[in-house]
Amino acid sequence: MKPIATTRSASSIPTGRLAIWWVLASEVVIFGGLLGSYIMHRLGHPEWGETAAHTNTWIGAFNTLVLLTSSLMAVLAHDAAEQGDGKKAARFIGMTMLGGITFACVKSFEWYTEISHGFTITLNGFWSFYYTAAGLHALHVIAGTIIMGFIAFDANRGRELQRVELIGIYWHFVDIVWIFLFPLLYIAK
Amino acid sequence: MPQLFLDQASSYAHEIDNLIWIIAAAVGFWFIVAEAVFFGFILKYRAKPGQRAAYIEGTERKYTRFISYPHMIIILFDVVLIAGSIRVWYLVKQQLPDADRTIRVIGQQWAWTFVHPGADGELDTDDDIRMVDELHVQVGDTYHFQLTSTDVLHSFSVPVFRLKQDAVPGRTITGWFQPTRTGEYDIQCAEICGIGHGIMAAKLFIESPEDHAAWIAAHNPTASLQ
Amino acid sequence: MAHSSTAHAHEHAHDHGPQGILKYIWSTDHKIIGMQYMFTGMFMALIGGFMAYTFRMQLAFPGADIPLFGVVSPGEYNALVTNHGSIMIFWVAMPVLIAAFGNYLIPLMIGADDMVFPRLNRLSYQIFLLSAILIIASQFVPGGGFGGAWTSYPPLSANPAYNLTGLGATMWLLAVALEFVAFLLGGINFIVTLMNARAPGMRAYDIPIVVWMIVIASILFMLSVGPLMAGAVMLLFDQTLGTGFFDPGTGGDPILWQHLFWFFGHPEVYVVLLPALGFVAEIITVFSRKKLFGYKTVLYTAVATAILSFFVWAHHQFVAGIDPRMANVFTVTTLLISIPIAEVLFVIIATLYRGSITLTVPMLWALAFVAEFLIGGVTGIFLGASGADIYFHDTYFVLAHFHYTFFPIAIIGTFAAVTMWFPKMFGRMMNEKLGRIHFWLTVTAFNFIFIPLFILGTAGQHRRIYDYNHFPQLATEGLQDLRIVATTATVVLLLSQVLFLFNFFHSLFKGEKAPDNPWKSNTLEWTTSSPPPHGNWPPDAMPNVYRGPYEYSVEGREDDYWPQNQPA
Ligand code: HEA
Ligand code: HEA
Ligand code: CUA
Ligand SMILES: [Cu+2]
Repeated sequence: MKPIATTRSASSIPTGRLAIWWVLASEVVIFGGLLGSYIMHRLGHPEWGETAAHTNTWIGAFNTLVLLTSSLMAVLAHDAAEQGDGKKAARFIGMTMLGGITFACVKSFEWYTEISHGFTITLNGFWSFYYTAAGLHALHVIAGTIIMGFIAFDANRGRELQRVELIGIYWHFVDIVWIFLFPLLYIAK
Repeated sequence: MPQLFLDQASSYAHEIDNLIWIIAAAVGFWFIVAEAVFFGFILKYRAKPGQRAAYIEGTERKYTRFISYPHMIIILFDVVLIAGSIRVWYLVKQQLPDADRTIRVIGQQWAWTFVHPGADGELDTDDDIRMVDELHVQVGDTYHFQLTSTDVLHSFSVPVFRLKQDAVPGRTITGWFQPTRTGEYDIQCAEICGIGHGIMAAKLFIESPEDHAAWIAAHNPTASLQ
Repeated sequence: MAHSSTAHAHEHAHDHGPQGILKYIWSTDHKIIGMQYMFTGMFMALIGGFMAYTFRMQLAFPGADIPLFGVVSPGEYNALVTNHGSIMIFWVAMPVLIAAFGNYLIPLMIGADDMVFPRLNRLSYQIFLLSAILIIASQFVPGGGFGGAWTSYPPLSANPAYNLTGLGATMWLLAVALEFVAFLLGGINFIVTLMNARAPGMRAYDIPIVVWMIVIASILFMLSVGPLMAGAVMLLFDQTLGTGFFDPGTGGDPILWQHLFWFFGHPEVYVVLLPALGFVAEIITVFSRKKLFGYKTVLYTAVATAILSFFVWAHHQFVAGIDPRMANVFTVTTLLISIPIAEVLFVIIATLYRGSITLTVPMLWALAFVAEFLIGGVTGIFLGASGADIYFHDTYFVLAHFHYTFFPIAIIGTFAAVTMWFPKMFGRMMNEKLGRIHFWLTVTAFNFIFIPLFILGTAGQHRRIYDYNHFPQLATEGLQDLRIVATTATVVLLLSQVLFLFNFFHSLFKGEKAPDNPWKSNTLEWTTSSPPPHGNWPPDAMPNVYRGPYEYSVEGREDDYWPQNQPA
């Protein structure tokens, strides 16, 4: 049972979309603070470039591709939801989730290899930032994937279709954060 | 204002005190005007039977100037205060006059170590004098200090000099002072540094050239070896 | 979707969910959540106040066996000061000023039946409650509460070997981070509610100032806290995993934390200031029967303050080892912030001009806010001037400065708001006479605490020292007398609060019944019953808005007020 307040739209932007934009605004400053700190340190420590050479650019690139594709699926899901086709939307969300799961699996394989080669979070400043920033991002991927499960379930029954768009916006954001992380952590050497 | 309680024992102490007086005069003026108008209104416009409040939007020109003129004048005050403040800051922190001697100040939990240059006036030589919680300087000489810490943050604070500077592990911060009167004063640690923060006191001895030379002679490590 | 209003009312009746006490704990009603925040904040204020009592006693009578506590050891002293500061800011000022009154007032003042996300609202309170429990629990773990100051500077805070309160430090950090999460969720709710759930007819300039202030504060909080959230994660890893983000030994930088902390910390002071200014604006208009002098000016100054506040943070770090040239930039920005704040205070003073002032208890508190906050404001200028801050940094001058801002905001402002909206919240009036006695005792005692502390600060007394006898220049009898005055006044201040608590709880049950609109105010919350029903108004009688909130003493009308929902 929704209160009257939830059904109003004085700004003529749907309440859900407005909320998700504000969520993202707060996320932007969190990641902004972390990446800003990293960049400051990185500029102050040219020798980190060597350490960074131990990251696996190909795995990073592959994951970038995975995320970009899954974002495309999120767009298609939104399209389907706009047309009121809940089943189709649910299918596309499923594919987006697949992207998220692939990303997480690749990431855990990557970390497993790195840690077993002795590149742990305490090794030096670069690795501390590497695991912290990528870890925070991975948490967002996992959370998004789980939430998509619920939304797909509802969408499949034709319920709460507006949420398909919202999770899509969130997913694009997670994608964009990765677009920043990838060059900063993998390419800059 | 601090000189009501403390001696001015460095060449820049009076500069800082004067700045504080200037600020006190500037903001004191506004403070008194604002409070006077405020209490004046409260007394004057108390509810009286049969008398209604006026309807004022606060956008009428004849009223808004009561806000906008003070606004301009405050900007003017701000400019003056900024200029005065930066002048003093530049003098104390941003320039480094040539030194007669250099000392090293090391903060650690929970004591100060002072390395004095000894008779040859150079640090890192055999006759350096290391003292814990005691700093001896000669009145009139210009000193550089090299400040660092071995563990957490501390803050090297000498109230009579009006000097304060944080000690940061991993960095050496250089600053200066010139003592201008002899005496025995407090050195504080002004940054919380653990349970011993409250006992991290040291003593400053500002000595006349003769006394200082005598102190150096008495503590000459090479002399004691001979 | 389009159900009739009776069906709607019917659903409302079933919406109460669990019954009995659970109804209150598990409610999604914004009014109940607001009160939960208020009572939690009140409880935490008593804890924070008790801590102030213990360490003030230690300062006046070093080493004494303090009634109700015992002897304060140096480690305990640090923990008490740290947690006093943290609790007062994060578990008293924030929840009471923003969360309690934001929750209570926003939907009522904009004519909505609830927040747009009631369950998110409940979640935010529950996370907040958890954080409060965590900070209290951290006092009792082995090693004791965290003792590295509310600013938690590393390396001291990052390494248990330095602070000797490893577990306490981690719990402190987690508690603060959880509290931030709670306020981020709450803030999103406030912002979206204001943007979307306003009553028909309510335009931007018809919104009561206090609602604007709380929402601007929420946005300011949201945009400044992010970097510190990231910093908190880094500090947590430093503490628990042994990373070296802030450890110079491994290429980290302790000063980075200071930047992250103050980039949030300075805006934070305006996060609490703005709502208090909002209360004062509401109360002063009502009790001087005057239109707010320049509504838009107030709004613009609030926004200007918020924006400027992002560019002043390093004034806390003038002597921290930053590049000395940077200090000049921050001196300029810091002094500039005096302009919008002076302006908003002048506007409030100008509102009294040709008013018809009645000194009710809420009005007394609101006026006291202005008189006292001015002292806190102007003393900030001494600190913003880098040259003078070399001397004043980390002395009791700073301490007295910020108690002269925080106390008016968090305590005086809260009392103003509580006495103003009590009749609406509980449907009963508070006792005027007791209210006045409590007012005069509190305000007088407050000045007797902190004026001496200004003097001590000017004499060079530095902060967070459990016993000044180690510093001969500070151990003089004259200065010790001042410490004793401050402590005595603290005890008087705390004892006076018994009057308030008695008045509050007595009036809650036995007070005179309150009419719907006891103060003859214009804003929408006074157009419903006291206390308002679930849903605030009957679903078929939700208010429409026809005018701004401050149409008092309009010429040619018989009444000297004109409720916002009354058709012309
Ligand atoms: C809500 C709380 C609050 C508020 C509103 C303020 C407001 C201000 N504060 Fe304060 N401050 C704190 C809380 C607050 N502060 C805290 C908690 C600390 C210490 C933290 C710690 O270290 O633990 C602190 C510390 C602090 C410092 C660091 C000191 C140090 O550690 O060395 C500085 C330095 O610039 C400063 C400056 C200011 C200024 C310029 C304002 C301005 O906003 C004030 C503006 C208002 C006015 C100026 C008054 C009205 C104007 C007039 C009447 C016109 C006349 C004025 C002029 C001509 C200039 N504050
Ligand atoms: C909002 C902020 C706030 C408030 C209100 C206070 C209130 C008080 N503070 Fe505190 N204080 C801080 C924030 C605050 N303080 C901070 C941030 C620090 C720095 C910590 C650090 O260094 O790390 C500090 C440090 C500090 C010190 C420095 C210790 C040191 O450096 O060694 C001292 C010393 O005297 C002190 C004293 C007091 C006293 C006597 C009060 C008294 O005014 C307390 C009286 C309390 C009450 C009167 C409560 C009554 C309220 C109610 C009954 C509630 C009603 C509520 C509702 C209706 C919801 N405080
Ligand atoms: Cu060293 Cu405080
Ligand atoms: Cu500040």
